[in-house]
This record gives sequence, structure tokens and C-alpha cells, in this order.
Amino acid sequence: MAHSVRRDAPELPDFSLLKRLARDQLIYLLEQLPGRKDLFIEADLMSPLDRIANVTTLKQHDVDKLYKVEHKPIVSTSDQLCFLIRPRIKTVKWICDVVNADKAFGRFRRYKIIFSPQKFYACENLLEEQGIFGDVTTDEWSFYLLPLDDDIISLELPEFFRDYFLEGDQRWVRTAGSALHLLHSVYGPFSKVYGIGRCSKMAYESWREQVEEGEQRARQAEIGNVFLIDRDVDLVTPLCSQVVYEGLVDDIFRIKCGCVEFCPDVTSSDKSIKVMLNSQDKVFNEIRNEHFSQVFGFLSQKARNLQTAYDKRSGMDIKQMKTFVSEELKGLKQEHRLLSLHIGASESMMKKKTKQDFQELLKTEHSLLEGFEIRECISYIEEHINRQSYGIEHLLTFSNLKQLGLLVEQQPGETLTVMESRVGKLVNDKTAGKLTDAFSSLAKKSNFRALGRRLNLVPKSDEEYDLRVPRDMAYIFSGAYIPLSCKLIEQVLERDGWTGLEEVTRMLNGHEFAVTAGSNGSDARVKTDSQRIILVMFLGGCTFSEISALRFLGREKGLKFIVVTTAITNSARLLESMLDNHA
Amino acid sequence: MMIRGKPDEDDYWNSSKFKAFTFDDEDDDFTRLKESKRAVNSIRSLVEEEDEEDDVEKVSWSGEPVGSISWSVKETESSIRSTGEVRDQSFPKIHTAPSLPKNSSGYSLSSLFKGKAKTGSFQSFSESFGDPSIRNYAPELRKPKSEYKDYVSDWTPEETVKRMQQGKVYSLEKFRSLQDKLLLLDEAVNAHDGNVITAVLIYLKKSLSKEILFRELITREIALRHYIHYLKEIGEQKLLVELFKSMDRTEDMALMQYRDHLNVRDENKKRDFLKNCLSFPFSPDDATHVQDHYTLLERQIIIEANDKQVESSGQADIFKKYPRKASILNMPIITTLYYSCFYHYGESDGTFSSPANIRKTFRISDKQFLLTCLGARAKLKAWFDVDALFTTKNWLGYTKKRSPIGFHRIVDILQKNNAPVQVLQDYVNLVEDVEQKISLAQKYKCHDVIINTYRDLKDRQQLIVYRGKVERGSSEYRKIEEILSNSQLRWKN
Repeated sequence: MAHSVRRDAPELPDFSLLKRLARDQLIYLLEQLPGRKDLFIEADLMSPLDRIANVTTLKQHDVDKLYKVEHKPIVSTSDQLCFLIRPRIKTVKWICDVVNADKAFGRFRRYKIIFSPQKFYACENLLEEQGIFGDVTTDEWSFYLLPLDDDIISLELPEFFRDYFLEGDQRWVRTAGSALHLLHSVYGPFSKVYGIGRCSKMAYESWREQVEEGEQRARQAEIGNVFLIDRDVDLVTPLCSQVVYEGLVDDIFRIKCGCVEFCPDVTSSDKSIKVMLNSQDKVFNEIRNEHFSQVFGFLSQKARNLQTAYDKRSGMDIKQMKTFVSEELKGLKQEHRLLSLHIGASESMMKKKTKQDFQELLKTEHSLLEGFEIRECISYIEEHINRQSYGIEHLLTFSNLKQLGLLVEQQPGETLTVMESRVGKLVNDKTAGKLTDAFSSLAKKSNFRALGRRLNLVPKSDEEYDLRVPRDMAYIFSGAYIPLSCKLIEQVLERDGWTGLEEVTRMLNGHEFAVTAGSNGSDARVKTDSQRIILVMFLGGCTFSEISALRFLGREKGLKFIVVTTAITNSARLLESMLDNHA
Repeated sequence: MMIRGKPDEDDYWNSSKFKAFTFDDEDDDFTRLKESKRAVNSIRSLVEEEDEEDDVEKVSWSGEPVGSISWSVKETESSIRSTGEVRDQSFPKIHTAPSLPKNSSGYSLSSLFKGKAKTGSFQSFSESFGDPSIRNYAPELRKPKSEYKDYVSDWTPEETVKRMQQGKVYSLEKFRSLQDKLLLLDEAVNAHDGNVITAVLIYLKKSLSKEILFRELITREIALRHYIHYLKEIGEQKLLVELFKSMDRTEDMALMQYRDHLNVRDENKKRDFLKNCLSFPFSPDDATHVQDHYTLLERQIIIEANDKQVESSGQADIFKKYPRKASILNMPIITTLYYSCFYHYGESDGTFSSPANIRKTFRISDKQFLLTCLGARAKLKAWFDVDALFTTKNWLGYTKKRSPIGFHRIVDILQKNNAPVQVLQDYVNLVEDVEQKISLAQKYKCHDVIINTYRDLKDRQQLIVYRGKVERGSSEYRKIEEILSNSQLRWKN
């Protein structure tokens, strides 16, 4: 739509290579267990696997039957079992049970575990303790990076957030370093790395060591700059309700691995359908980054154009008709399908949000961000907690906003204590006792208000904000707030470092860095192009709204951003990862 | 999005910088969306008649095209189900005699592939597939000799950690003195690799007494957190409790033990478990929660037993009219209160199931109580009860309606429960802010409220405008006519 686009933005590198690498390695690993075998796949590896290979690929390499790992006794009759899993204790325990059950039956099989993206000593130790080390061979499938779209690459490790930020376990730090290393060796060499956060620092170190260990090959860089950021530098942004189309779809329907399941409500039929959401979907591609309010106009215009295109047929003779059918019809049909889906989705989202008093929720969130009418906000929050018209995620969202320091400043004391205990009480019997712990982990001292002023995150409220012609990244939150994470990136790129941001970094607990590689000898022209491609790695997840904001920034500055994230997140996922409500 | 200046916008939208974007049903955008949908749908029939070779497209549409892995896994599942291969089996006990394979001759070709029916008999054959024991170690043997030093003990802690990170052969046995062990641990921590830190901790767990290990971990926060996480994951609850205890982290210990209630299914056992938890050293806040949790479950068990019986005996109308959808066991406190307001309204304060008793026991605030109760009574369309919730008498005996929550909220809640206009308008009238009152009245079509308000404001112009909006000849139309023709009124415009 009506954005000022700088034409000179460089082309994005081709990430399909990453898929091919992963597929080839998987095939190699499967061949390490020759002969027919049944394959058990960890549930959350199925979708990523689907994106890079299909059943035919697996069958060609002697995979007989496919099963999902369900932590139940197995029914396979195959004499070779292969397990494709995440390095999780729970799953390895289950495999130990399977193998030991076979042993008890006197049944002989061969077993292979393929850990993705890497194995952990704790898992191997369990195999040893359970007496099956040696009966089971293990391998690593270094499937670190899954390209979800032209500019989004995911590690598909949602547990990264909880493991690192809540449990303090650094098991994925090297994984992040290795992912970076892979990108560096295929699309690098990088010339500049900026970052903020403890984990970013460690991931950078790990990557650097891996670069030193390996051999260097001189090649032309496609990606010049890297920005690493810890999720806990900015926990406010992912907790905000999303109003950009793609973010809203994710909040409501949950996009999983680039794919969404639209319920019958949306499809106006009796069954749900799964739809890939990426730049290949022409309709989606034009609305994904738009504020929801702009989407209707676009869709109705499209619908009118489509109507006109179809209407052309009425005056045609046979020959024209033939050309029409062979050349245009297919495209039109495709577009029609896409259009009716996104209209259906918009309609369904409107209905859901109207029911939820979304308007009021947004108003409250924005006031909180502005530090405005705090008392009213708290009363609103209380009422909604009381009414339980919101899902558990919202209830906790607010409690966390408070924990993050959004409410504390002006309202110390009683109200909040009351609220906290109330939240505690409400969720008490639904969630586990660890909730308190989770909260306190999140409750690091935040200087959000001061940061907001310093970085101009909250535009002045007396100015009008025209969402049709966004003037800054605040449009992704209706003009109310520029995401802190993206603002930092903008500032650092502009200043080519952290100079002048000392106060900001101090408020963010420091751990910022900016390093430049020694000269790589690549010629200047290439360098300028690759310099304008920036890889941003979110450690602990990022939201679609942030991706939209970066795309906006890229268009404004003639840059291209590639987002690498440990997983796509949103407020619900973030909070669910903090819950401990199962045994 | 344009400012439309509709009178029923929240004043927020008028006063703030955000252009009026609203999710309200009546909004123009929504209508526009509906129109687009109609247009697109009208094309549908036309498209479908030409849809013969569409299967190919359908495939590309789905996230799981035929032949995808997820699809295939589902196929396996359904085929298993249809052949009835799955019995609800748990893991077999070791002592049970193994059932023989269906084809039990032991000599058929297929049985060879299924594995050995009896121990030993086909050993050589199965091993001819490629000796698994050799295969296991083969990758190590292939490594160049240069990587081995004569004595593994030559590796420093730093080298060892590096080798572990790279997945190379390593040995921890030589780290025997406490000092060496701790050096190794610190080196792992310095390498920022959680995987290696845990690996070293596993070795220390095996080779140090827990007292010593715990003591050393106190000063090593990062290693400690890895250790706690590891113990959690492998389920070594007991050791974890000991660890917390030795570190005087009694609150963590209490929470850790409390968490175990999630593993208790049976409600009576869970109640007993929680009762037992009461004596744990929780922080004061947590202690209150746990006490409440226990009291709540105890009470739910009593209510559940009673109501189940009453419901099945068909004694009470309320259960016949509104059968219970689920048991009340393990529901949150607000749900329990709602349930109580729904099924046990008007019971005397003394009964466990009465709303008043629950309110008192769990110290539920006025607001919270009102909102929950209002929801329940409105659902039952008990408008009289709703009315009574707000009615207070002063010392002179006059009644007045009061609410701890703004009446505009009350109106919203009532409207969501399909309250009739007669009920709604009473509460719309109680909204103090005039603009808000009119906007709500317009939203919910409470004509009387609007007309009376304009009359009271002496706003003739608005009244004339409103006359144009109501149906000609209707009772509200006549009412407006009547007021406008009243010569007694002094209009301000």
C-alpha cells in the first residue's frame, strides 16, 4: 500500500539452501541405519520436517512407517527403529522404556536416536544409566535453521525462552552460536556484530570460537551486519496485543511453523483448512504488515477488481474465452480463494474481538504504556480479572505488565498487593506453585518509563496518527508505542554503535557490544550491498509485530532485515511458557 | 481510517490521537467487509463450475498436502486403529512370560526379521546384518591417531571442556581431587555451555557426596541453577528437596513439594495431600494461597457430593432446568462462586455452598463478588435478584441504587446476558455521565432514556434530530411529538 519505498534496497539472500542442507544431512543420517525401519518423530519436529522433506523422501530411504512420539508403548513390528527427537529427558526416558520392554520380551531390534539440532550429555547419561547405551546408536541432525519465509528464519526452539530466562540453563547458548556460525559460513563473512544482553554476548562468544576452530573460506558476503538481542531486554513489546494483520492472526488463530489452521467459522464450510502464510500468498503478502483497520479497504478493493476481471468474460467470443481460461482464469481462481479466506479471517477476528471488548483492552494497554490514568487502568484490570471474560493469558498479561514495572511507579502499595494476591488466588488451583517463581524471574527492575522518554517510544498523545500513512514504527501499535526492541536496533544502526546511548544501556542492565571484523578483502561495491542487509537474531523469541516494524524500518532506510529467532512468540505463548500447570 | 465523529464513540477515541478504529459490529468497515464477502461469494458459484482439475491446487493450499509427513503419520495412526492392532497396553512387566509372535514356528523367514523368538538361537544370523557393537564404536576408531594422547590425564580442564563442546573423546576420571573437580566445573561455567556444565555436574554428582557438592554449589550460582534444572528434569524430587533444605531455601522447598499435588488425581487424596502441605514453611503469601486451595477443594468435595445426589434424584428444579455441565471439583475460586450463585442462591449463610459463606471464607472483595453474582443471576434472567444486588436503604428507609462498579459496566454485562430493554434502561439511567448515558442508550435502543435526557437538557435540536431516527408513528415518535409541542418547556435552543 501507500508506503514510500526506497528502491535501492538490496535483494535478500536465498535461504532455500538451508533447507537443502538439512534435508541432505537427514538423508545421510537415515542411510547410517541401512534397511527398512520405522521412524518415530517428536511431535514438534513434524511441522519443521514437513517444510524440508516429504514422505516420498523418507520412503526412498527405507523408512517404512511413520509415528508421532506419544510417550506410550509402541506397536511397530519393524526390526529397526529410528527416533527423530529433540534432546529432551522425557523423550529419552520413553525410548529407554521402549528398548527395555523389548529386552524383557527377548525381542531384538536395532535402534537409532537422531537428536535435533544436537545431543545433550544428560540424554546420553540417561541411556547409560538405563543400561541401553550401546544398544542404541545416537546421531545429531544439525537442523538449526528453518526458513519460514523470505526474511524469517526460526530455530523452532520455543523452550529456549523458559530454559534460559527462567531456569537459568545455558544449554541452548552454543546452539545459538552454531546457528550463527552456519549463517556466517554460508552467507557471511559478517563484518559487524552489534548486540545487547548477557545471552547475546555468550552466543556471540560461542560463534566466534566456532569460527576460530573451523577453516575460513574467502567468499563474497551476502549478509554484512548482525544484531543480537536478548528477549528480556524488551519484554513489554511481546506482551502487547497485536493489531497488525499477521500478528493478529497469530494471536487469534496461532500460526504454527508458518502455517495456520482456519476454523470452519473462517472458511464458511464444515471443515477447517490449513493455509501457509508467507510471501507466496499474494493477498496475504500485501496485508500482513498493515494495521488491521487498513485491511478492510484493501480487501474490498481487491474484491471489486476481481469482480471486474470475471465480468470481462461476458462479452467474449470463443477464442477470447479460450485465452481467458488458459491465461487468466487460474490466477483469478487462486486470488479468489485467497481473498475469500482472508475476508473470512478478518470477519471472524472482528467478531471475536468485539466480543472481548478488545477496544477497552487496547485502550488500557495504551494508557499503561503512556503511564496515563493508572488508577483507571488498574480498576479495569481488576474488573476483568474478576469477570474472567479474558482467557488466562490476559489475566496474567496484566499481572506481568505490573511485574515488569509498568504499573509500579505511580501505584505502590495496597492496590497492587491486593491485585497480586487476587491473581494468585485465581490461578492458584489451576497452576502450579512455581508461578510465583516465574513472576519474580520476570520481575526484574524495569526502567520502562524513563526508557520511553529517552527513546521517544510513546509519541505525544495530542498529535493525530494517520494509520494509512505510517510515519514511524509506532503504527504497529496504532501509533501508541514504538517497540523498544526495534527502536534500539534503529538507533544502533544509525549511530553505528552504542555511542550516545550510554544512559539507555545502563537502564537496560548493560551487556551491549559492537564489534567489527578485520578487513576481509572483499571489494567495496559488494560490501556496500551486504552492509545494508542486517540479520537480527532474537534470543528468546520475537513477535510478528516486531517483524512488521523492522520491515517498515527497512523500507524507510533502504535496508533489508532478516529476522532469526529462537521461535515466533506472542503474549499468550510467552505466558504459557511461564506456567507450570502440568505434572 | 477516518474520524467519523459518530456520537457513540467512546470519548477516548475522540480525545486521543488514535483515529477512531473500532471493533464494534455496526461499524462501516464491518459492513464493507460483509459486502466484500458477498461479492466474493457471488463469484464462488461461477468459479466452482470450472473447478475440475482442482485437486492439484487443493494440495498446495493445505499446510499438509497429501504425502506430507504429518499427513502420513495420521494415516499410520488411523490404519492402526482400523486394524485394531492397538490394545490399551501399558509397558509389560518384566516377569510376565513373553507372548509368542503370531507366526511362531521360529523358522519362517519373517520371524527372522521380527527378531529372536527365543534367546540365542539365531544370534549369528542377526549379527550378520552388521555387528551393532562394532558400529557403535566405529566412528571413534576412525578418528586420526593424532587426536589421542598417550595419557588422557594430559588434558587440562580447559582442554577437556573444549573437547566436550566439540563432541570429541574426553575423560573425566582423572579429575579426582576436589580442587580438580571444581576447576573443571568453573571452566565449564566459563565456557557458557549449559550442556557441558550439566555434564560436569552429573560427574560430580556421581563422584562427590551430596553434602560436599551442595556446599560447593552455594557459591556457584550458575552451576547451581543448572543442577536444579537437571534434577527437576530427571525427576529427582527428593534430592532437590534436600538441596533446598541444605541451602536454607525453605520456601523453594515448600513450593517444590506443593507442586507435587499436580500428580495426585483422586480428589480425596489430593485434599489430604494439601492438608499435609499446610505445615510446610511457605512464605506468608504462599501460605495463604495453599490454605485457600485446601479449604476450597475440601468444600468442593462436599458440594459436589451433595449436588450430584440432588441432581440425580431430580429433587431440585434448578438442576433439571440447567443440568450441570461439569463437576465443580478443582475449579478456580471465582468459578466456584459463580456456581454457588447459580445453583445455591439464597441459601443461608451457614451452609458451605452459599454465596455469602464462600464470599466470607475466601475474603472476596465487593467488586469481585458483585460481578460474579451479577453474571450468574443475569444468566438465569433473575432480574429481581439483579435489582436487589444494587438496592440499598438509607436510615430514612429510602431506597437507592448503588454499585462499587460504574453502571456503564453493569449495562454491558446485562446486555451480554440478553437483558430486555426494560431492564437495561433502568441501569442506563443510572449512568452519571450524560454523554456516556446517551451513547449507551443509543447503542441499546433505550428510547425513553434518550428522549427524557434531551428533555431534561432542554435540547430541542437534538430531540428533533432524534425524531428523525425513530419510526414514524411509533410510541417513541409520539412521545417526542408530545414533548416538542409542550409549551411549558423552556428550550435552550
